[in-house]
This record gives sequence, C-alpha cells and structure tokens, in this order.
Amino acid sequence: MKRIDDSWPDQIYKTLKDAGVRQVAYVPDGGHKRLIELCLADKEMRAVVLSTEEEGIGLTCGAWLGGVRSALLMQSSGVGNCINNLGTVSECRFPLLMLITMRGQKGEINPWQVPMGQATPAVLEAMGVVVHEANSAGDIAPTVDAAARLAFGSYQAVAVLISQAVIGIKSFQEQSAR
Amino acid sequence: MKTTLHRRNVVEILLKNRKDLLVVAGLGSTAWDITAAGDSPFNFPLWGAMGNAAMFGLGLALAQPKRRVLVLTGDGEMLMGLGSLATIGVQKPRNLAVVVIDNERYGETGMQRTHTAAGVNIAEVAKACGFRATRQIRSRAQLGSLRAFAWSQPGPVFALVKVIAEKLPLVLPPRDGGLLKSRFRRALLGERADLD
Repeated sequence: MKRIDDSWPDQIYKTLKDAGVRQVAYVPDGGHKRLIELCLADKEMRAVVLSTEEEGIGLTCGAWLGGVRSALLMQSSGVGNCINNLGTVSECRFPLLMLITMRGQKGEINPWQVPMGQATPAVLEAMGVVVHEANSAGDIAPTVDAAARLAFGSYQAVAVLISQAVIGIKSFQEQSAR
Repeated sequence: MKTTLHRRNVVEILLKNRKDLLVVAGLGSTAWDITAAGDSPFNFPLWGAMGNAAMFGLGLALAQPKRRVLVLTGDGEMLMGLGSLATIGVQKPRNLAVVVIDNERYGETGMQRTHTAAGVNIAEVAKACGFRATRQIRSRAQLGSLRAFAWSQPGPVFALVKVIAEKLPLVLPPRDGGLLKSRFRRALLGERADLD
C-alpha cells in the first residue's frame, strides 16, 4: 500500500512561520485540522476563528494596516462568501494569502460541494486573485512559500488550492469519527 | 424616547482632538461623518466591503494592542456583519471600541428602513456576544460620557447611538484605496511601512 505523506500541514506551519506570518484566521475544515491545531498551540501566533470566511478578509486587511502578516484558511465553499470583499483587496492592493482545501473535486461524495468547488479557481481569478494549485503532498509547502513571497513581496492576493487528491476522500462515517 | 442627536455632532465630539486614535469607518454615511470631522491619515474610511468594518477594526486592534482602535459604522453596515460581533467577543481585544450610528435607515440608497427600525437591538447582540460593556445613547445627557467610554474603557466595548434620520451634504474622503492604505501605514509604522 502506498504510504500517504501526512506531514504537509506541519510543513505549511513552518513555511508560514518563516514568512513572518503572525496571525492565522480560519473557518475550520477537516483538511486544515492539523495546521489549525499547530497555530492554536503557538503562543507567538494569533489564531482567530471566524463565523464566516469574508470576516477573514477584513481581519487580514486590518492586520496589514497595523503591520502584521496574516494567512487565511478555508475550504473551497468559503471562497464564495468572500467575493465582494476581494474587490476591496484588489482596489487597495492589500497582500492576501489564502490557503484553500478543495472539495467538489476527484471522488467527491457530496454533490452540493461540486458546483462551488469546480468554480473556485475561475471565481478567484475573476476577482484578481492569483491561483496556485498544489496537486501532491510534496508540492504544498513549496507552493505556499512561493505564494507568501508573491503576496507579501509584491502586494498580491494569492490563493493556494490544496487538491482533494491530497486531502483524501472520506466517507460520511469516517468524517464523523474524526 | 425619541432621539435628539445629530450624527455629525456625535462623531465630531468623538473625534475632537483625537491625537493618535485609529479610526475605521464603514461604507457610506459614517465614512462621510469622520471626514466632516477632519480627514486624517489615521482614518480608514471604507468605500466597499459592506458588513466588514468591525473586522477591519479587529485585525487592526490585534496588530496594534497599544493603540486605541475605534470602528464607526452605520446600522445597515453592522447588520450585514453581525457575526463579526461574535468573532470580536471571542478575541476580546481590550483596545477596541465599536460605535454604531443608528438612524434606522439605509441612508445612501433612499432612506429605506433597516431592521433596527423594526426593533432589532444591535447593542443587545453585542452584549450577548461577550463585549465587556455596551451602551445605548439617544440624548445629549447620555452623550456626555460616550467619548471616555469609547476612548478608554477596557474593550471590547460597544455603543449604539440613535440619531435623527437626516440627509446631509456629502463630505467625501479620498477614494483611492491604495492611497488610503499606504498613508495609514506610513503614519502608523513610519519607514517600516515601505520595507515590510
């Protein structure tokens, strides 16, 4: 059986630390579970739980006004909630680093996830966000590193889409047992 | 009790001799109000992102824990982001004040009634979300202590100021988002703003 590399959330965490990110905002997602735990355990990092994803855009922009670098974690369904606020990011040229775990891709078992998941790259690009896709576990940390450099070095909005092929497909029974 | 307060007067009292107070204003009338009180690099008036003014304030307050941050926004704008009051209640920044100027109307689109005109009370929402103190103000007498409340009471604090629904002359802040962002960061962070 092929061994699944499950150290990528730890690698993202290290990459964020190296990039000077001191605040992480999130709406939880199963794929981000480990990364959220690492951020919550870090006294030097502020982990902010949101009630909806677009709050994270405001929080991130406010933090940048105050001189702090942030990252925003969400599932692809949350991208739809952010669209109007991405217009403000673009107009003000705020740096934005979004790490998005994908649903509605290969092997999805919830049909309601498919429309937003399939539309996610197009929707982000329509709002001026640069999209980087990470399709294997080994790709993720280098992609996040490059995205952080583009976001904070060039004042861009950048989204890393972490493929469902990496996160894995869980049945409803497996999900509820987590 | 009917309110006797005028919004521009309330905001002028709040921002008079403001020193280094950091101010985020929500889309629409409150952005014009803070500009009427005197434009400043420490103003961040939103021209978009309706519903998110309080979250801009939270991000700024967490990033700058030694500076006082005041979010001024309208009832329509705040109603669009009620969840952010819950998010602020969880983080509990001591340096954040949210003041909602409540005229019970969507003032920029034809003065249509908002939920607050039908009795929805945003101050009670803030209280239930864990704000350390909340106030509801509708008279000159109550207005007297608002400034001290917003400026120095340990936060997060929330004030709902009921004001007369009136159409006022526009006093517009700069429109260029990049300019508003950069002038704010330079004023706050100095040279670091350009190096980070």
